[in-house]
Amino acid sequence: MNIIVLLKQVPDTTAKISISSGYMDESTITKWSMSPYDEFALESALQLRQNCNGNLIAITCGPDRCSKMLTDAAAVGTDKLIHIHHEGYLDSIQTQTLLVAAIKKFEGEVIMCGKQAADTNSGSTGPGVAELIGASCITHVSEVKYENEELIATRLNSLGFEIISTSPPSIFAFDKGVKELRRPNVRGIMMAKKKEITRLTPEDLGVSLTNSNINLISQMPPSEKAPGKKYEGTDSIREIVSKLRDEANVI
Amino acid sequence: MITIIAENSGNILHPVTSQLVNAAISIGSSAHVICPGGIGAVEATKITGVNKVTSVLGDCFKIFDGSAWAEAINSSIDDDSNVIFTSATSQGRELGAIIAAKRKVPIIQDAISLDSTIKVTRTIYSGKALEEIQSSSKCVITIRPNSFDSAPQGNNAQLNTVDKSADLRISVKEAIVKASERLDVSEADIIISGGRGMGSIDNFAELESLADILGAAVGASRAVVDEWGMSHTMQVGQTGKTVTPSLYIAVGISGAIQHLAGMRSSNYIVAINKDEDAPIFNVADYGIVASWEDALPVLKEELSKL
Repeated sequence: MNIIVLLKQVPDTTAKISISSGYMDESTITKWSMSPYDEFALESALQLRQNCNGNLIAITCGPDRCSKMLTDAAAVGTDKLIHIHHEGYLDSIQTQTLLVAAIKKFEGEVIMCGKQAADTNSGSTGPGVAELIGASCITHVSEVKYENEELIATRLNSLGFEIISTSPPSIFAFDKGVKELRRPNVRGIMMAKKKEITRLTPEDLGVSLTNSNINLISQMPPSEKAPGKKYEGTDSIREIVSKLRDEANVI
Repeated sequence: MITIIAENSGNILHPVTSQLVNAAISIGSSAHVICPGGIGAVEATKITGVNKVTSVLGDCFKIFDGSAWAEAINSSIDDDSNVIFTSATSQGRELGAIIAAKRKVPIIQDAISLDSTIKVTRTIYSGKALEEIQSSSKCVITIRPNSFDSAPQGNNAQLNTVDKSADLRISVKEAIVKASERLDVSEADIIISGGRGMGSIDNFAELESLADILGAAVGASRAVVDEWGMSHTMQVGQTGKTVTPSLYIAVGISGAIQHLAGMRSSNYIVAINKDEDAPIFNVADYGIVASWEDALPVLKEELSKL
């Protein structure tokens, strides 16, 4: 079975985001990482591969810097690395169209991704790709197993969780699971450095991108609040509660 | 006209649906509300600004399968509808993304404001920055709960019923409901969150009793989720939920950049921490430098008097 994991490289969650001339300034980002929910998807994909004796392919779409993340995915055991090379803004349907073309080219049957990326926080890719390839779609997944030719997933919801069964082709968008993420060992890291990355352009995939109808006007820092008041000890609590009630009107 | 896919919560209309209608009104549009499975359809006809309600009835609505739902409701969406709204809840985001892909249009997720030129403001990097984006064509927009007030009641819109189902691609073998049915942090108006400073998971009982007084949800920092096994659904921050309640009370949370990203847009922030240099105080409207053991009983007493 061909398992595909969709990965995105984002500024590390510890990074400070700086804005310059109305847009996020990428040059100030010193550390780029795999988007955290994608790490859970990758770990689950590695386990599923073992479970069903499959083949694991990682696909990313983005500029040159993303290759490093693919190498990181190889260091923990990913079989094949695909880098769809693209610089600049892509809207949801453009991103999905590129990924779908690659998924079809490499005949993915089970596709895994994070429930949302840590940069855009959107969560459109998994469900959108599912629709475009005609796969079943399960989001907020914490675990997937292959049993009796069925895929069994744990889907989280606000009340608890559900055990869902489906059959391929399927897409699973991962939430944070309970399991530990594996870390690469020295041999894995050395082998990964030699691993070939297949670079594809949109044209290679037969996709001609037209202009997006979404215009990114500007990015900005969050509005700074006026500095608050700090009180020593608990004597102030009565005053704070009355301010929250009478001035702020929130309780 | 804007088409709105209603959100349900169990067997009733979710309050966010009325907020989506108000968002449509605010940009000078009327609303066609589609109720998957017919849930809340009669209630939806009473919301001011609703032009018509379509109740789509089918077997597929018994469980949530975004693909099947989108297939069943797609033909009820008006072709002249330039914008489709769903709520930026987990169901609404998935359903919105599938509908957008089905109609080959882009989706803008998690709008916190928008204007009549379809210029949308949304948070990125989990609240570390904002962006303004504009759509010049048909699109789907998901709107974050509580970004708009509810529309007033007092309407009597036309209600149509359509029988339409679609093949389910998934089946639910088992549904497990956890014993505690606390308010979800992403929907709560008041959140009380605890961090490592609470000392142990058992001490969260103190936060829960305070939450009961206020009708608040209980949240947690990443450390508590990762190290003490607290449910991830409670996690506030970059790998958890981004929240914007009216009041956020942080107890024993130092305020790592990832946590601040997820809660700094709250209207009012109260921080309780015994370390006076904790970064959480930089975003707090009211900072209380004290241990939770000292502060919570006093806070509880004062709140009980209200």
